[in-house]
Amino acid sequence: MTTPTYRVEVDQAKCQGHNRCYSMAPELFDVDDYGLASAVGDGTVPPDLLDKARRAVANCPEYAITLTEVPL
Amino acid sequence: MTGRQAPVSDWATDFDHTDPTWVADPYPIWDELRRNCPVAHSDRYGGTWLPTTHELVSEVAYDTEHFTSRAVVVSNIKPTDLDLPAPIGLAPPITSDPPFHAIARRMLLPAFSPKPINALEPFTRSLCRELLDATRGMSHFDAALEYTRHIPVRVIVQMLGFPQEDADIFRHFITQVLENVDQSVEERQEVIASGELDAYMNDQIAKHRAEPRDDLTSFLLEAEIDGNKLEDAHIRGTMVLLMIAGIDTTWSAIGASLWHLARHPEDRRRLIEEPALWDTAIEELLRAYAPVTMARMVKEDFDFHGCPMKKDDWLLLPFPSANRDEREFPEADAVELDRVDNRHAAFGLGIHRCLGSNLARMELTVALQEWLDRYPQFDLADPAAVTWSGGQVRGPRSLPVRIL
Ligand code: HEM
Ligand code: SF4
Repeated sequence: MTTPTYRVEVDQAKCQGHNRCYSMAPELFDVDDYGLASAVGDGTVPPDLLDKARRAVANCPEYAITLTEVPL
Repeated sequence: MTGRQAPVSDWATDFDHTDPTWVADPYPIWDELRRNCPVAHSDRYGGTWLPTTHELVSEVAYDTEHFTSRAVVVSNIKPTDLDLPAPIGLAPPITSDPPFHAIARRMLLPAFSPKPINALEPFTRSLCRELLDATRGMSHFDAALEYTRHIPVRVIVQMLGFPQEDADIFRHFITQVLENVDQSVEERQEVIASGELDAYMNDQIAKHRAEPRDDLTSFLLEAEIDGNKLEDAHIRGTMVLLMIAGIDTTWSAIGASLWHLARHPEDRRRLIEEPALWDTAIEELLRAYAPVTMARMVKEDFDFHGCPMKKDDWLLLPFPSANRDEREFPEADAVELDRVDNRHAAFGLGIHRCLGSNLARMELTVALQEWLDRYPQFDLADPAAVTWSGGQVRGPRSLPVRIL
């Protein structure tokens, strides 16, 4: 049994820089000098941050964040 | 000021956002419209539409093809194509449309991104403490006049690098632009076009040009679009916009949140005892008491979900009503400080998303934290004496509290 791996991604075309993701999960998201967000590293979500990743998705007003299961 | 217009006969066909009933409590009106008439119309102000559901408000916010931002405050002055240099507008980027909008906005974004804004937190905190110090020993006072209204104006004056003593100059002007929308054309033009504010800003621009500093005015003087420095009119327009967009709005958000806390001792207790709650609590207060209703104008005649929209019709964009839509937010009228799923639209949606949202959140958080730290127990001295602003920015303009 392996637990699935998840990855977060920010759609740059949709992100308007509300910074909800960065303020609730700075471990997973970073912002550039313009306040626009991107995933930290390759977006892999450590298992203990999965809840935070889900919360970020559910609080992005622009629906810019996706959380996907990485196929093994 | 309200009540200059004839009383509203029917909210679905004759609404007026300056009517005393709307000003006192617009939520039941919007609830009713969301259920029975999701796009209301009124002949007032030369023809105005009002979508009220989250879905329709989002749709308009994202639709820059059919709606223009060249005028965003509904009033008796209806601009025509000749009046405003669309697509730039009088106060870029809020009055700009694509493609110019992105250029004007991108230029400002770095000054309002999380890092520079966080650097203003210590100033904001000591400002709040100073204002609270001045209320020491008073058992009753007006929190809107003594506290909330000073915070955003002094923070923006600080950012622009203007003298703190000048904060008062801006207040009268802002009230005039945003609140007295039901005055006659002549009354409005007189104050707005007097040139007093332009003269003040020109003086500041000249001083900063002679002696550049590390502030937003010098940042604007250095900024370039396509390799060209901004014209003075653009810089003045941006300064006016930051004043207009940042002051009444944040004043209102802080005031409405204090109004809530004055009436909910259990929420005060939770915020004091569970500091981890602040993040969701601030978002929930912004959702429930979103102060800002924007506006658009219709670009060309077209049919919007069966509504025959005509070129130059106004459209009010009530983000506060979208935030109370049950289909998007379960128990939408309840304030739940630990609400976890909260895609509220208090700061708008799409390309015009509030440029100052990081600043506004910081000010709101600091203002409430410092207040609760000083006055953990308080209530409304006289609930009937609380007054709310009319127009598109809603917040308490008088908030008499009693310190317990
Ligand atoms: C709680 C306080 C605030 C609220 C609720 C708020 C709300 C909004 C909303 C709803 C919009 C969208 C406008 C539209 O769709 O046409 C907006 C835009 C804007 N806001 Fe705020 N605002 C607040 C504070 C501030 C502050 C403090 C500033 C800056 C000092 C600011 C500057 C702006 C600017 C420049 C825009 C235009 C952005 C653009 O058009 O790209 N706001 N605000
Ligand atoms: S919450 Fe959404 S819109 Fe905001 S910065 Fe994050 S990804 Fe961008």
